[in-house]
Amino acid sequence: MRPTAIRQLKVLVAVKRTIDYAVKIRVNPSQTGVDTNVKHSMNPFDEIAVEEAVKLRERGVNVESIRVITLGQTKASEILRTALAMGADHATHVELPDGADMPEPLGVAKALAAYVKREPVDIVILGKQAIDDDAGQTGQMLAGLLGWSQGTFASKLDVDEASKTAVVVREIDGGGEEIRCKLPLVLTTDLRCNVTVPRYASLPNIMKARKKPIEKLTAQDLGVDLSPRLETIKVSEPPKRVGGGKVENVDQLVEKLKAAGVV
Amino acid sequence: MNPQRMRAIKLYKELMFLGRNYPDASYDFNGRMRRLFEKNKSLTDPEEIEKAIQLGEFIRNETLALYSLRKYRHLRRSYPPSDP
Repeated sequence: MRPTAIRQLKVLVAVKRTIDYAVKIRVNPSQTGVDTNVKHSMNPFDEIAVEEAVKLRERGVNVESIRVITLGQTKASEILRTALAMGADHATHVELPDGADMPEPLGVAKALAAYVKREPVDIVILGKQAIDDDAGQTGQMLAGLLGWSQGTFASKLDVDEASKTAVVVREIDGGGEEIRCKLPLVLTTDLRCNVTVPRYASLPNIMKARKKPIEKLTAQDLGVDLSPRLETIKVSEPPKRVGGGKVENVDQLVEKLKAAGVV
Repeated sequence: MNPQRMRAIKLYKELMFLGRNYPDASYDFNGRMRRLFEKNKSLTDPEEIEKAIQLGEFIRNETLALYSLRKYRHLRRSYPPSDP
């Protein structure tokens, strides 16, 4: 009997285009959201997820393909290029019409689940949360929709291809938790996921990534409805911090403290 | 072409590319890099050129480290680990 061929792992990484971490967030004058005419980049946690997928291959795990997927408007393809430059093989862009609302975690999870049904994969890696809405729900919802095992807030991933299991170390309050899960697996990466930090996409790699094709899909192709189920009523900035005052001497200080009802 | 020349050109391109994302806009990163290269343009001794290239590579690595550390620190500050 011929030995069965070693099955190679297929990895899918979901990424999101968010406002750059260094940009100061401002609410737009009509109070419907934040000003988006600023620098955008890949969500840092998703960067860690891409790095983890590439590291998996570099560690010698039999990774057949690393796919990246994003949902977003036309410009979201920029971050797919970055992910390709970091070492991913294929990219899929689920395009939303310009001006559409950002889909909610449930919508994203449904779209990812529909995509995974089209293109079977063994591991889906996501960032634990996006730095714009900080929902941190997509990975869990995706695992629930697919009925797969989930390793959330992962700080370490070890895959054993032969037994089709993975050992995940999770970040929990006050330490780490080691869990063994069966593949297929949904993994969400925490900040300390890689011992080394995500690589910087170098210029030659970005040039090479330009030649790789990006598959374009729409929500209709996946058969999902991405319209938001929540309504944003108002977005406002936190109250401005009121400055303190200087006192001349101890008597004034006591007076002020008494006025404030502290003493 | 002289391999050292190739390396220098590659390094220059990389540094210019890195400079685009330099966090402090008032620091003329690309200009400084250009002046450093111009200062060394007349070097002929291979050893001296090697030294200059290595300095440039050091600057590149340090800049990369600066970028990633900045991002890591920002995230660490925004999402402090919960107290045990």
